[in-house]
Amino acid sequence: MTDAHTTTPSLSRRVFGAAILSMLLVGASSAGATAFKAGVFDPPRQAPDFSLQGSDGHELRISLFRGKVVLLAFGYSSCTEVCPVTLATFAQARRKLGAAAANVQVVYVTVDPQRDVPEHLKKFLAAFDSTFIGGTGTEAQLGTVRKQYGVTATKIPYEDSYTYAHSSFTYLIDRTGRIRALMPYGHSPGDYANDLSILLKE
Amino acid sequence: MLAALAGSALGALAWGAMAPIHADSRDRIFEIPRGTWARRMSGDKVEILPDHIRLTLGVRDVLVLRNRDAVPQIFGPTLMMPGQSFQLPFEQPAVYTFTCTAHASGQMIVSVDPYPANPWARISWRTQELWWRARLFTTHLWYRSRL
Repeated sequence: MTDAHTTTPSLSRRVFGAAILSMLLVGASSAGATAFKAGVFDPPRQAPDFSLQGSDGHELRISLFRGKVVLLAFGYSSCTEVCPVTLATFAQARRKLGAAAANVQVVYVTVDPQRDVPEHLKKFLAAFDSTFIGGTGTEAQLGTVRKQYGVTATKIPYEDSYTYAHSSFTYLIDRTGRIRALMPYGHSPGDYANDLSILLKE
Repeated sequence: MLAALAGSALGALAWGAMAPIHADSRDRIFEIPRGTWARRMSGDKVEILPDHIRLTLGVRDVLVLRNRDAVPQIFGPTLMMPGQSFQLPFEQPAVYTFTCTAHASGQMIVSVDPYPANPWARISWRTQELWWRARLFTTHLWYRSRL
């Protein structure tokens, strides 16, 4: 958070009034004109860079993938519901893209550093697609990354173990490293392929 | 007099049931006004985004979130920078659940209804729209009264 900003009541009133008026009038700003299946940010912001341990044994930074389109997701390998579906969807989307998939990089950052050590992440991700790269680090490092990306992860005790409730969306980052879109959980490989194609053509 | 009123009511009902649904925009817009964060910090409970949003396929099926405040905000499912907007289209009628730390429940639900194709659905949609606009107006009055 940056510093708080204060305004005079009269200014606030005018600004809020204008906002309400614009909503009442239902301005024709988009009319569903976007070709993206994902939610689109305007203006896009630069993806915050980070330094984590990559599942390939090297340092993982998001800035390493400039020139490629990145799918950035957060989860953990023991996840039984969301993550397997999301990662399988990524793999199918890449297959749909054919040769163009060489310019798409999937980055999967764990929320469970205790179990998701680099070697384990590598094995887990390879089951979906050998090009996927995972990232792990200390609790503090991963917490910082999640905060930068607005991602939540809550550890929940389960019997003699634990599970996580975590954000299930995926960020789409363009070739210049800007966060262009956010795909909610549940979209099809075709939707991903559609949006990736748009970004790859830029 | 009574007959005229009844005739008008029936006419309005017939129009509501039969006239095709048309919207100038498919956006359902929610904005964080400037100064919201400061108000929250001073203890004012400012609710911008309801925890349950209803959209209608083909008519009002694009969720638009805008952060007009001067600080980053978690808004719906995402972190938004000052001045940034987020436009999320929906293409399937369903109930979508998003994690949203801005709500006490920790969730935001978006219900996307099918296109109102029959008379009853059209009346229902128009009633909801009227209710929505009335709610916006009363929210505006409430906000002004807090200033």
